[in-house]
Amino acid sequence: MARLIRTEKEVEGRYEEVWLVVEEDSLDQWPAGPREIVGRDAVRVDGRERATGQAVYTADLAKPGMLHTAVLRSPHPRARVTSIDLAPALALPGVHAAIGPGDIEQLTADCSFQGVAIAAVCADTLAQARAALRAIACEFEVLEPLLDPDEAVRRGSLLGEPRERSRGDYERGLAEADVVVEAEFRTQVVLHNSMETHQAVVEWTGEGVEVHISTQYIWGIRDAVAQGLGLPADKVRVVCRYMGGGFGSKNSPDDYTFIAAELARRTHRPVKCALTRREENTAAGNRNATIQRLTVGARSDGTLTALGGEFVNAVGWDGWSSGTEGPMQMLYACPNVKTTTYGAKLNLPPMKAFRAPGFVEGTFGLEALLDELATKLDLDPLELRRRNHTHEAPEGNEYSGKNLLECYRRAEPHWERRHDVRARSTATVKRGVGMASQIWYGGGGPPSYAWIRVGSDGRATVVTAMQDIGTGTRTAMAQIAAEELGIPLEHVTVTLGDSDRGPYATLSAGSSTTPSVGPAVRAAAADAREQIEEIAEQRGLKGASVADVVDVLEDAQILGKGARGPNPTGMQVLTFGVQVAEVAVDIETGEVWVERIAAVHDVGRVINPLGASSQIEGGIIQGIGHTLSEERLHDPATGRLLTTTLDAYKLPTIADVPEIVSELIDVPDSHLTNLGAKGLGEPPIIPTAAAIANAIRDATGADVRQLPISREEMLRALREAEARQ
Amino acid sequence: MQLTVNGHRYDVHGEVGTTLAEALREELSLTGTKVACGEGHCGACTVLVDGEPVLSCITLVHAVDGASVTTIEGLRDHPMIDAFVRSDALQCGFCTPGQIVSAVALVESKPAPTSEDIRHAMAGNLCRCGAYPKIEEAIRTWQG
Repeated sequence: MARLIRTEKEVEGRYEEVWLVVEEDSLDQWPAGPREIVGRDAVRVDGRERATGQAVYTADLAKPGMLHTAVLRSPHPRARVTSIDLAPALALPGVHAAIGPGDIEQLTADCSFQGVAIAAVCADTLAQARAALRAIACEFEVLEPLLDPDEAVRRGSLLGEPRERSRGDYERGLAEADVVVEAEFRTQVVLHNSMETHQAVVEWTGEGVEVHISTQYIWGIRDAVAQGLGLPADKVRVVCRYMGGGFGSKNSPDDYTFIAAELARRTHRPVKCALTRREENTAAGNRNATIQRLTVGARSDGTLTALGGEFVNAVGWDGWSSGTEGPMQMLYACPNVKTTTYGAKLNLPPMKAFRAPGFVEGTFGLEALLDELATKLDLDPLELRRRNHTHEAPEGNEYSGKNLLECYRRAEPHWERRHDVRARSTATVKRGVGMASQIWYGGGGPPSYAWIRVGSDGRATVVTAMQDIGTGTRTAMAQIAAEELGIPLEHVTVTLGDSDRGPYATLSAGSSTTPSVGPAVRAAAADAREQIEEIAEQRGLKGASVADVVDVLEDAQILGKGARGPNPTGMQVLTFGVQVAEVAVDIETGEVWVERIAAVHDVGRVINPLGASSQIEGGIIQGIGHTLSEERLHDPATGRLLTTTLDAYKLPTIADVPEIVSELIDVPDSHLTNLGAKGLGEPPIIPTAAAIANAIRDATGADVRQLPISREEMLRALREAEARQ
Repeated sequence: MQLTVNGHRYDVHGEVGTTLAEALREELSLTGTKVACGEGHCGACTVLVDGEPVLSCITLVHAVDGASVTTIEGLRDHPMIDAFVRSDALQCGFCTPGQIVSAVALVESKPAPTSEDIRHAMAGNLCRCGAYPKIEEAIRTWQG
């Protein structure tokens, strides 16, 4: 039965108070520990399709008569289009339509960041569309861009009001401190670089549109496209069966979907609009840069008395100011905390969510600061964190489940290695070990629904209009259904990725998919199982398995439905963890190698340990890129982007990967749903940068203060450390 | 032009400037070969041309007239596919066909590659999901 509740909803760390229609979650949790299928390694149910190239991604779609699009984007960070003539483009062979500023809201003559869309052309082939684009005569008046985040704050160029968060008495806390440490940290712009670029194929069908799109949120696309095109939402069908990564950047339809829709409307053809890699690295979102001016005060025994921070998120022209202050507010039992967060509006491409937005950056600053404090107090960094551990949320409410101390305990053997690691240092290559803690959301929430059908062959099909961005959710859902029905995993098919075929399911972001959709799938499977058991009982087969009774069904099918119940009221549902990094630093060249990372995370029940270990490894590897090599650069004079290719932008390769050891606490969160499972997509990337920075300090005594830790930054920090002595 | 692709002979009519990736994906509808950067930086489009791994997005189809091409579609029964699936060596799967083609090229020349061999041979195939540890494991254990 559905009912209405007033509750807080969290997406990517952003809370809003909402009315929600929810259904009861009446199933008891399974006991802790591996079961027949859930909690045991499963190979991806779609692994073969993906590996053999059979899986059809949006990039692979070729509809009959489909046209291809090229988009004219501003080469300038700030400029005004003074004249534009599309006629030369329209005259070229193969060209079907061209649109320019004002034709749709997404095309503009006022260019406020490099990459903003100005015009678009569609043609029979992509080569023709690109040739036509070059024929467009477009002139600009180039204007002075605003690029400096601090300058933006001074001038009041902000996205939203500054966010002030405070508890206790910060000033008094500082006065009570025996030691105060202040430091400024900076983090860079990082690009998602999903292997499949942002793209959509749009076709008008009868009264509506069909949108095939590489997306993390088919329902969000459906509603945004419906609104943008003035259509009822049920006239927009959104399909995404396979997608090549997203990492937070593919939650919205963006300019390319509306460009394709308008060109399709004008030409009566299906139109594909796919970003090139260079467009992807210009206009498809990024993890924004931050400046963090942080202060910590503590007693000589390490007890924190005050934490303060001024955070500047260099958001770009649009987006939102993420919770960079979140770790400082949430991680430790400090009574006096005061933070101010600014979102600087700049003539740079808009940010988008990127795997734990804000918390990756904020954890780097906070956890590096904590280690500077530990050094000053001559305290063991792990011990410092234990002393400031909190059993209840600093805001006063309870955690639904928290096993951070257990994470610390299991990290001890890795932490103990530091003596041996340091001993392997040479005159010029110094080695050390560092650690950092992790806090993040990941509880998911309602609504999400699933249907299930079981036929007389004993096979089940789960139908839910979610999407699998590569995290393995298809597999996890199949495991949950198979477990509940008591049938082999191979007998379950999961149908997803189509808003016309299945009920609403949440977005694949915010580490929310498994904790949101998983309980709905289990509820649907339980509904079907109960019906089957009743039929069995009528035949006198009590306690029979699903497989024993389905043969009487013939053409009949058992249909089950399930919904995600509410989150526990008044509780914070969070994920926790710790990582321990081992590094080597060449103190002559400034080169840094990560040699080993051990990760211990607490995300409640683990559905698929094999897939979970892959997610942890992937998060850590992205974290290593973020820490050491990745940086979107712009020319400080003109604001023009310098790193739009995969040659210039340094992603980690297989040769950059250290030994990675991962462990999950795997204890169900007893207050959370019928599964007790939380999400794991984001937690593993959060503490990596700080753990590496702290290992560098352990190895060399140098305080690195900015990401990426380039050789320049490493040598600067080494020189500074030398001057201090 | 003629190409032998996965053992079948095709007449290919690409215009001057057509890349091998375009000919495979668009003319022959062999979309298992992915294009992720289109400028030879990521390895997703790797195919074998006369047994050698080649970046098909920066290879002009006219330059390989008469060649024998193996794409992921031609490797469906190769044990490397099972090794990747078994080891969970893929996440989103978009780079995977290119990874597997590169891996097959490696083990054809060196059936039991060391970690060092794998890291060297596979460094040109980017995977943003970071499946690298499992890719290495798949290649180390490809013979089952």
